[in-house]
Amino acid sequence: MGKKTDEICDVASNKKIAEDHFILEITAPKIAKNAVPGQFVSVQVREERATDPLIRIPLGIYRIKGKKLSLLYKVVGRGTRMLSEKKKGKKVRVLGPLGNGFMTGAPGGKEKAVVVAGGHGVAPLVSLTEKLIKDGKRVVFLIGARTKKHVVCDAELRKAGARVCVSTEDGTRGKKGYVTELLKEYLKTTESKEKKAQGVTIYACGPKPMLEEVSRIAKERKMKAQVSLDAYMVCGIGACLGCAVKTTTGYKMVCKDGPVFGSEEIVWKER
Amino acid sequence: MDLTVTIGGMKFKNPLWAASGTFGCGKEFVDFLDLSEVGAIVAKTVTLNPREGNSTPRVVETPSGMLNSIGLENKGVEHFAAEVLPEMKRYGTRVIASISGFSRQEFVECARVLSGKSTPDAIEINLSCPNVRHGHTKCLLMAQDPKATKEVIRAVKKRAKAPIIAKLTPNVTDIAEIARAAKDAGADAISLVNTYFGMAIDPLTMRPLLGNVVGGLSGPAIRPMAVKAVWEVYKKVKVAIIGIGGIMNGLDVAEFMIAGANAVQIGTTNLVEPGAMTRILREYKEYLKKMKISSARNIVGRLKTGG
Ligand SMILES: Cc1cc2nc3c(=O)[nH]c(=O)nc-3n(C[C@H](O)[C@H](O)[C@H](O)COP(=O)(O)OP(=O)(O)OC[C@H]3O[C@@H](n4cnc5c(N)ncnc54)[C@H](O)[C@@H]3O)c2cc1C
Ligand SMILES: Cc1cc2nc3c(=O)[nH]c(=O)nc-3n(C[C@H](O)[C@H](O)[C@H](O)COP(=O)(O)O)c2cc1C
Ligand code: FES
Repeated sequence: MGKKTDEICDVASNKKIAEDHFILEITAPKIAKNAVPGQFVSVQVREERATDPLIRIPLGIYRIKGKKLSLLYKVVGRGTRMLSEKKKGKKVRVLGPLGNGFMTGAPGGKEKAVVVAGGHGVAPLVSLTEKLIKDGKRVVFLIGARTKKHVVCDAELRKAGARVCVSTEDGTRGKKGYVTELLKEYLKTTESKEKKAQGVTIYACGPKPMLEEVSRIAKERKMKAQVSLDAYMVCGIGACLGCAVKTTTGYKMVCKDGPVFGSEEIVWKER
Repeated sequence: MDLTVTIGGMKFKNPLWAASGTFGCGKEFVDFLDLSEVGAIVAKTVTLNPREGNSTPRVVETPSGMLNSIGLENKGVEHFAAEVLPEMKRYGTRVIASISGFSRQEFVECARVLSGKSTPDAIEINLSCPNVRHGHTKCLLMAQDPKATKEVIRAVKKRAKAPIIAKLTPNVTDIAEIARAAKDAGADAISLVNTYFGMAIDPLTMRPLLGNVVGGLSGPAIRPMAVKAVWEVYKKVKVAIIGIGGIMNGLDVAEFMIAGANAVQIGTTNLVEPGAMTRILREYKEYLKKMKISSARNIVGRLKTGG
């Protein structure tokens, strides 16, 4: 595993790209050198000597470009709002790279991948998709968002060569409803056409209920799914045992053992 | 500048130690600091039998602090002694084991296992665990009951080969009374404090934010209360004190020392800034230099009160 650094980084840009969604670009040569798609970083939003908010924010790595790292995030609370106010020229303390990325298997082959993104779950899936396509795989990318204003990354995913389908909860764009409905619909057509959904791998990132449903769908069809989990984190390095998730072999730490897990490993209902 | 401290006859290179449960077993931090610069590492608390830990969420942020209810997740003392301790002893610093139990026998059994082939430099006794035997006394935790505290410390002291440190809960009316009980039973030092009871609720869902409903509060939010606990014990009991609670920088270390601590432990800060111990040690040295204090021991208990 690559060396981790707690790096003080310059903010290169911090731009709003859609309703509540921002892309923060930072210069992080040490982290960028060691990071792979699916890993994440932990960002300190408070000033160096301040005590509040004490805990950092974990964010997936959206893009790695030379010495620069981009993070795509949604403003959901105080920490992410404060982050969105950090202007170019400011410094932020960023810890990473953390966790393990997705497993993409050997390059080549004609396998298919279905990538399912719910809300800000898109963030770590873009560079994954680019890698899959580079490896010669065919990618169908399903985006689920609240409204058409919350849809992000669709154009660049198309440009990269993925087939993109969108669903929104209010029906203002694409199919109305949850992205898992889109997944079921898509799998039905592939099943009838190719009769081999089993050869398709699912990659997913989003809210827990969505991942649970994705995992149920995969199990029903005997497909393999990799899910990237969200958990409340403090240290991000496996030291506090705070980010536990129940698995078939006992509690594991999302920050260190994940955040990507095989969907069959996760015990979704804890009690 | 002389930073060494001697506690229970054991010499430590400096008074900045890593607190139990906040520093893993050290190896998680090797990318961020030189472990040999840390005064001592207190390992995560272990119990006689492995424990799965509490349900999730186990942590949540609070103003200038955090609540945790990890529930002493650990693989048991045998695993610690065989697999973890030998590795930790290679880091070039003192290693302190932390043990807990649900009865006096469990504590003693842990101490026995830690007196085998690989032994720690000291044993911290985490008394913030349910008080099963003395349940009728209304003392929820062992360290809320002077009698239970005395029994456990005395029994462990008899069995252990290493110096022992009693780690107390601040959730008591009179912390000095418990500290005295621990000292009389043979504790070489007292660690003050473990976390304060607390809880947090999401008003929109009306649900607790921790799976366990209640948890322990740590971080800068508790520092003034922890400093006071140290001062209370320093005034009333002649015993070595390890101050703990919300230390984030060198001046915070000085605050605990002036109140009467001989050494300190850094907890939550390690979790939000993994390289913090190196920075805090540097800042503390700068402070001592600026104050023209040549030995870290000379600052202990130097609180000036009155005119
Ligand atoms: C591995 C990982 C990768 C992530 N990647 C991204 C990403 O790429 N883009 C993105 O927009 N979001 C991502 N998140 C979610 C993001 O970390 C949270 O939205 C953020 O921490 C909320 O902070 P806040 O202070 O704004 O919200 P708060 O006001 O604190 O809370 C709002 C919500 O966020 C949750 N939350 C708060 N703090 C944390 C925390 N420390 N860890 C996890 N959840 C928390 C709360 O439970 C609550 O539901 C990721 C989370 C994890 C664990
Ligand atoms: C996540 C977490 C886990 C902890 N686990 C333990 C433990 O296993 N044993 C123990 O004695 N104290 C444990 N503590 C308490 C700390 O060692 C320390 O006493 C307390 O957090 C106060 O110091 P701080 O404010 O510097 O964190 C834990 C604290 C935290 C935040
Ligand atoms: S966040 Fe501390 S163990 Fe995962």
